[in-house]
Amino acid sequence: MPSFALGGQACHENTFHCKTAIIMDARHITTKERLAIPRQEMPAQDPNVRKGNFEEVHLGLTPELAQMEALRCIQCKDPVCIEGCPVNIKIDQFIKLIAEGNFIGAVRKIKEDNVLPAICGRVCPQEDQCEKVCVIGKKRQPVAIGNLERFVGDYERLSGQRIDPEMAPPTGKKVAVIGSGPAGLSCANDLARFGHKVVVFEALHELGGVLMYGIPEFRLPKAIVRDELDGLRRMGIEFRTNVVVGRTITIDELMEEEDFDAVFIGVGAGLPWFMGIPGENLVGVLSANEFLTRVNLMKAYDFPSSDTPVFECKGKNVAVFGGGNTAMDAVRTAKRLGAEHAYIVYRRSEAEMPAREEEIHHAQKEGIEFMLLTIPLEFIGDEKALLTGVKCQKMELGEPDDSGRRKPVPVEGSEFVLPIDMAVISIGNGSNPLIKQTTPDIEFSKKDTIVVDINTMQTSKEFVYAGGDIVTGGATVILAMGAGRTAAAAINEKLAGTAQQFNEW
Amino acid sequence: MYRIVSAIFLAENIKKFEIEAPRIAKKRKAGQFVMLRIDPKGERFPLTIADSDPEKGTITIIAQGAGKSTRELNRKEAGDSISDIVGPLGTPSHIENFGTAVSIGGGVGTAIAYPTAAALKQAGNYVITINGARTRDLVILEEEMKAVSDEAYITTDDGSYGFNGFVTQKLQELIDSGRKIDFVLAIGPIPMMRAVAEVTRPHKIRTMVSLNPIMIDGTGMCGGCRVTVDDQIKFACVDGPEFDAHLVDFKNLSDRNRIYLHEEKQSDEAFAHKCRLSQQA
Repeated sequence: MPSFALGGQACHENTFHCKTAIIMDARHITTKERLAIPRQEMPAQDPNVRKGNFEEVHLGLTPELAQMEALRCIQCKDPVCIEGCPVNIKIDQFIKLIAEGNFIGAVRKIKEDNVLPAICGRVCPQEDQCEKVCVIGKKRQPVAIGNLERFVGDYERLSGQRIDPEMAPPTGKKVAVIGSGPAGLSCANDLARFGHKVVVFEALHELGGVLMYGIPEFRLPKAIVRDELDGLRRMGIEFRTNVVVGRTITIDELMEEEDFDAVFIGVGAGLPWFMGIPGENLVGVLSANEFLTRVNLMKAYDFPSSDTPVFECKGKNVAVFGGGNTAMDAVRTAKRLGAEHAYIVYRRSEAEMPAREEEIHHAQKEGIEFMLLTIPLEFIGDEKALLTGVKCQKMELGEPDDSGRRKPVPVEGSEFVLPIDMAVISIGNGSNPLIKQTTPDIEFSKKDTIVVDINTMQTSKEFVYAGGDIVTGGATVILAMGAGRTAAAAINEKLAGTAQQFNEW
Repeated sequence: MYRIVSAIFLAENIKKFEIEAPRIAKKRKAGQFVMLRIDPKGERFPLTIADSDPEKGTITIIAQGAGKSTRELNRKEAGDSISDIVGPLGTPSHIENFGTAVSIGGGVGTAIAYPTAAALKQAGNYVITINGARTRDLVILEEEMKAVSDEAYITTDDGSYGFNGFVTQKLQELIDSGRKIDFVLAIGPIPMMRAVAEVTRPHKIRTMVSLNPIMIDGTGMCGGCRVTVDDQIKFACVDGPEFDAHLVDFKNLSDRNRIYLHEEKQSDEAFAHKCRLSQQA
């Protein structure tokens, strides 16, 4: 029996032996012994190396590390972690299967609730969800549920053993899913499993929505997204790219002319917000959406082999304005494109940053310079309208505001000019206006998000449902997935209801 | 994949394509555009839909080989395919019976103005078209424009055909002759559109221009195509591409369109080199 004090690393030399040893442990191990195992670190690329490449930061847990980490779970009778998960993955059960070395069993278990484990294991804010409520986390570090989920997702892909979910017999009902981002994909998956025919419409040439155009390769390799999409294709889900609903076809036309029985709208966030300060239209001021779309979707990092260019960052000074995950993605991308100085300019302090702690730490380790409690006043340009700098002012934290966060107040006389060549604005997005313009009977809020019944995600239009950022405003991948699943269940119920009525008649 | 049904040169470097895109053909209205991506390594770029045939399920686009992507497009022939075409995008032209409407097209802008001129005619306007080119060989769509015009003028910068001078001079001449003009649509290079706006401004003639900022997704997501109109940020892909000429900040548009000049040149040169190699082979 190996000593737990050695951690998982000790077993690398002899995988088979190690696995066997741990499986035996999994059966006999006491709670005290479980608690003695330290949280297993996931191997990562060295910050100094990774800041020069677009490869993934983390390398993933080895099977040994995963089993060791899984042994840390004490298998609570009342697993609160499940309630912390927006899609209620049976966390205790899949972790138990990992501990027993039954990795493919773990894949099967996770896939009962989550279609995209390799993606969620990477981009979910577990520290605010399942891991936040983990009982172990009260006195020690919580079980690394996210890392284990990622391990399971990767195991399926790398082992070549495909676990396709069980499908209900065809219902003869047809559902259109608009948008192939996280909300649309999870909704499509559940609908297909219920036996409905699902067609997903995507505006861009590539499927995946924000997973492809927004989140960078170093945080979510695109090959993984494509692989998860292949799984959905195997389930019979059809995908149509280059269809802008609201322009190419309207929701009414989908229902009346193309005979869809229900529609799910998961079109995501829309046009970026700008700050409204002088000089924002200078050459060199971009939205984070534009910057990331150029690099991720259009592969501008590979210019000129790829046709789309991006602002030349090499040796330049780049400032990203904002403190969310998108801001971290943008600034780390700029660094990887060769920026000499890559700054985050944020008006509050680090504690108030909406970005995941992990992303902030990664950025810091990669040499991103944080200018906190700093507000931009004006962009400055030269006679050719090229950006040369930004005039900023320092802030200090005052009384808490409506959001409960301490409100930043300007410090008089603290203005200074930061020389920069590119500015990336990352302060959030509005909504895409196309559905609103073309489907007048769907109710929108004052913020231009779609109004839905929170229990069913149904909109004001019968048989039309919505979820994800178009409902919540900018939020997370997993929240969008949760909304997609809620909607799928409600659509299924609604369609079953109508089917029954039809049969009776 | 979107199959090219026909491809013919209208003038040197300006080619007209008819492409299978049934959904777009059915929906498109005057003033709307498509985003194209020629192949998986290609960039996304916008082109106005010049015409469509909903029965045949085809759209017509006209491209001038200006940068790498448009020149690559112009090498395509009937039977070839384009990876991606999405549309129809943008807000359609606002069409009503204004009275007397003048449609001005500069260079390949004539192709962009054509569908709107046709729609204006159909709405009952007295349509005057002024289409400018540098020289006679570059004049396009002369017959098509005549067919939708009550009066049609061609101008050439070098005087080799039609009126000798710029489109703005012809427009000024019409205004000076006392013609009552109720609406002007001007589409062409930025300096031309700006000049037209200055000609009509003192006379308070309602004037629309179609803007061509750099676009990436073109569907209302990335914000790359933002333009300044009436001191506000507008997005050409969803709010436009047509805007009130008297409110557009043209300088800002031309400044912002220069951002990738260096990279565009690099792409162009690499493409020209590739073309030379393929010719030698």
